[in-house]
Amino acid sequence: MAGDAPIFDEMNLADGAVRPAYETLARWLKTIPTDLLATRSREAEALFRRIGITFAVYGDAASTERLIPFDVIPRVLTNDEWVRLSKGLTQRVRAINAFLGDVYTKREILRAGIVPEDLVYQNPAFRPEMNQQPVPHGIYVMIAGIDIVRVDADTFYVLEDNARTPSGVSYMLENREVMIRLFPELFSQHRVAPVENYTDDLLATMKSVAPRSASSDPTCVLLTPGLFNSAYYEHTFLADKLGVELVEGRDLFVKADVVYMRTTEGPKRVDVIYRRLDDDFLDPLVFRPDSALGVPGLMSAYHAGNVTLANAVGTGVADDKAVYSYMPEIVKFYLGEEPILKNVPTWRCRAPDELKYVLDHLPELVVKEVHGSGGYGMLIGPKAAAAEIELFRHKLVKDPSNFIAQPTLALSTCPTLVEEGVAPRHVDLRPFVLTGRDKVRIVPGGLTRVALKEGSLVVNSSQGGGTKDTWVLDS
Amino acid sequence: MLSRTADNLFWLARYVERAEYLARIIEASTRLANLPSAYAGTSNEWESAVATAGCAHLFYQAHDKATRETVIDFLAFSPDNPSSIRSCFEVARTNARSVRTALTVEMWDAINAAWLELSKYRASGLNQDEHLANFLSFVKETGLRFDGSAYRTMLRSDGYWFSRLGVMIERADNTARILDVKYHVLLPGAEQVGGSLDYFQWSAILRAVSALTAYHWVYKESLKPWLVADLLILNDQMPRSLAACYESIVRNLDSLSLAYGRQGPAQRAARATRTKLESARIEDIFQSGLHEFVSDFITENNRLGAAITQQYLT
Amino acid sequence: MRIRIAHETIYSYAVPAHAVIQTLRLTPRNYEGQHVATWRIDVDQDCRLDAHEDAFGNITHTFSCTGPVQTLTVRVDGLVETSDTAGVVRGAIERFPPGLYLRGTDLTTADGEIRAYAEARERPGDRLSTLHALLDDLARDITFDKDPTHSATTAAEAFALKRGVCQDFAHIFIAAARHLNIPARYVGGYFLHADGTVDQEAGHAWAEAHVEGLGWVGFDAANGQCPTEQHIRIACGLDYLNAAPIRGSRHGGEGEFLTVKVVVDQASRQVQVQ
Repeated sequence: MAGDAPIFDEMNLADGAVRPAYETLARWLKTIPTDLLATRSREAEALFRRIGITFAVYGDAASTERLIPFDVIPRVLTNDEWVRLSKGLTQRVRAINAFLGDVYTKREILRAGIVPEDLVYQNPAFRPEMNQQPVPHGIYVMIAGIDIVRVDADTFYVLEDNARTPSGVSYMLENREVMIRLFPELFSQHRVAPVENYTDDLLATMKSVAPRSASSDPTCVLLTPGLFNSAYYEHTFLADKLGVELVEGRDLFVKADVVYMRTTEGPKRVDVIYRRLDDDFLDPLVFRPDSALGVPGLMSAYHAGNVTLANAVGTGVADDKAVYSYMPEIVKFYLGEEPILKNVPTWRCRAPDELKYVLDHLPELVVKEVHGSGGYGMLIGPKAAAAEIELFRHKLVKDPSNFIAQPTLALSTCPTLVEEGVAPRHVDLRPFVLTGRDKVRIVPGGLTRVALKEGSLVVNSSQGGGTKDTWVLDS
Repeated sequence: MLSRTADNLFWLARYVERAEYLARIIEASTRLANLPSAYAGTSNEWESAVATAGCAHLFYQAHDKATRETVIDFLAFSPDNPSSIRSCFEVARTNARSVRTALTVEMWDAINAAWLELSKYRASGLNQDEHLANFLSFVKETGLRFDGSAYRTMLRSDGYWFSRLGVMIERADNTARILDVKYHVLLPGAEQVGGSLDYFQWSAILRAVSALTAYHWVYKESLKPWLVADLLILNDQMPRSLAACYESIVRNLDSLSLAYGRQGPAQRAARATRTKLESARIEDIFQSGLHEFVSDFITENNRLGAAITQQYLT
Repeated sequence: MRIRIAHETIYSYAVPAHAVIQTLRLTPRNYEGQHVATWRIDVDQDCRLDAHEDAFGNITHTFSCTGPVQTLTVRVDGLVETSDTAGVVRGAIERFPPGLYLRGTDLTTADGEIRAYAEARERPGDRLSTLHALLDDLARDITFDKDPTHSATTAAEAFALKRGVCQDFAHIFIAAARHLNIPARYVGGYFLHADGTVDQEAGHAWAEAHVEGLGWVGFDAANGQCPTEQHIRIACGLDYLNAAPIRGSRHGGEGEFLTVKVVVDQASRQVQVQ
């Protein structure tokens, strides 16, 4: 816990010694003048601007296109650490897929009383429309982003699962490209596992889950909500690297339960849709009737088994924060294994005794809305003013099942270039896990997000977080 | 290629072309309006500028009278005018953004830079001639830069052909529109309307399609109304003539049908119009009515635009 | 009772549509209270009707036709034998445990007014009486009126107006029941008027609520009664959107004009749609 446990820095141990993974980097940091680092940092920013990597901030009318700050000092993981993490990630995503397959068909986990029925049925992300409907190859989550935090040399926690349309992978890829351009000398001194094969892995994953009625060379597309989506840049970036068409809903249509795209050469059948559009908007004949972003009839084609949606519809029920607290049980139930990656200890406010504990300890805890995301609707007890705590107390009493609480974790820190020089800042990690029919693919590393404000634990880009290149070193 | 991508490329090119044409209209009108009435006649040049830009209806909803201020504001900046230069650049950039990866960096830079630069100009500043001149040359240069970068950097495949089709359909429409509004000054017996006064109208027409120098090169004569019409309609050496536009339209549509292995109504319609332009003589056109000829052409050209949309862009 | 149904929906477009796609929920299934003797769906355009079963157990047909479509007619003809089960729905296809039907939707969210109304009628420990109290009072307090509401009107909006059509009655009933933690769902179908009126402008809708011991029981608040042999049950779901007879979308086709003719009559009499 913050306050009682020391904060773990991934480079410098408490006694001043440098952890082995960072030895070369630490030496290099000592020799390079800070103003040179700052110059390179500005060059990096210019590069990002040039390629147009921006994101839109909700509620920020003044500048709708902003750059996510990039930190030039990489975050380093050893191969051993990575092997353990990737085993845990694979296990977790397998369990998530098994859980989804079960809650939409046999519902054994509900019958066994392991996950409460209402947590699934009353969950806004649960899609009754998916009930008893087969999905191609039984895979629901092909692309997962699992948020990991570290608290000491050996302990990694899963902070959050993202099983809907996780974003950020373009930053992982662009960060590496920019680092190689700016600091070639570092890459000759370190053997850094490459990440550039991610898009090939993604394409292979997509093709592997094509419906059986597709041709041997299935047509994949990326479905975007359009220009005004905050992740539009990422959609164009990925479509480009994948070599697939970036389509909007209006580019697609359904005829006799088959999806086609409108091309200048006439209709062309589409087999796999990597969709970055939320469930609610996918098909106005099934979900929101006023959605102009979706494809009328898409769900009918999907249920007929003529198109694969990646991810499947209704996967959000698995990454909900209330369901999250059951993940250790979910792993055991389906896989009969002990979870390799731990959950952050979580109090479920729906249980009266746990609610009582939470209300008694609000100033020490982090309280989160179960369906919220992006760091909104959250109380960080130790940093909150008394009035804010009281506001949350009121919310909790009024609607306890809408909240969970967790201890304030002492997230690990990494050296980061800030105005005053190089200083430790808190980080998390989002690795991307690809699940195909043939296998699970994870490129080593992921996206490291860093809270640039001193002492801040909020790494979300919408709230002033930045990103770093993440290195997994070959041992 | 996605129909929407092709549609974006087509309209991106059309709007850039349209902006440039509007700049030329403003330029020519300013010049005419500045002449003493003994030379330019008493007609209101600003009224005819609005008509030539094809937005009279919308204009008179917003303004009672066509004056230098109201017309320049409406044609250059008004957000209420979907075809003002500002709206053209805005729509062009939106189209460009959504097909960002189908454009070359140079094309994107041309349109993005223009959009950013546009915010420096304000309607009020354009009352000064110098500012107006700077603004108009900025708009024309954007057209040149965009066109040039498309020509020099784009892969010669369907995307390029759709972009060229957009330029040529728009250009043909613009040339035809100026003829449609000004046809009366080209008619024989124009002496009644104002005799030599029309000399400046003729040169204004040529300026609006940047063909004044070309005229002298081609005809080596002083301005004659039927030769002005000949140059703008039938002379395929003159890049903005209807004949030259259709020569290019047919060529680009042929490239598409060859690449896609099939042809359709758009190819047939374009060839029919080109054949008509090839075989027409300016005397016959005047005989059977210049106005009718031009209005028919505008209708046919619109129909071709619709046929291209139908066949490829939806 | 043998009931004959003829239901015709005609779309006409001022500008012909390029393409039309629709999902129909217009096919009844058997349960103890009804047996489908004959049933037929016709679409007057060239297309294939693809049948599926949706997540709630309803039969759907999806079709798509490419234009130009000037008019489109969807026609249903059928004959159903019904019997009175005092509103209890036995032998229907159930794809979810009742617990699912506690789930809120945008159309059936209970606002403060509906919550208070529901709570005032709660008979603790007696679900059936609670539901009957709701049924009777809603039939009394809400006026049937076609004008002020439309297909996207929420329960709360209709309740504030105290007016609406059968869809609104059903949504209000469902919102109130769910607020009292009683699983409730929306049912779309047809209703044979006792007074001999056979021509109707639309189908009918009511609610079903789950009562221990009895299972699902129908409540037709618009008519202030539980469904009888005059009710034909077609589709059910969380709200209107899950059970709507037709959900469609079109490309082009500005200026849509819709005509609906529903004829529900006892089979002994002859029925013809003009």
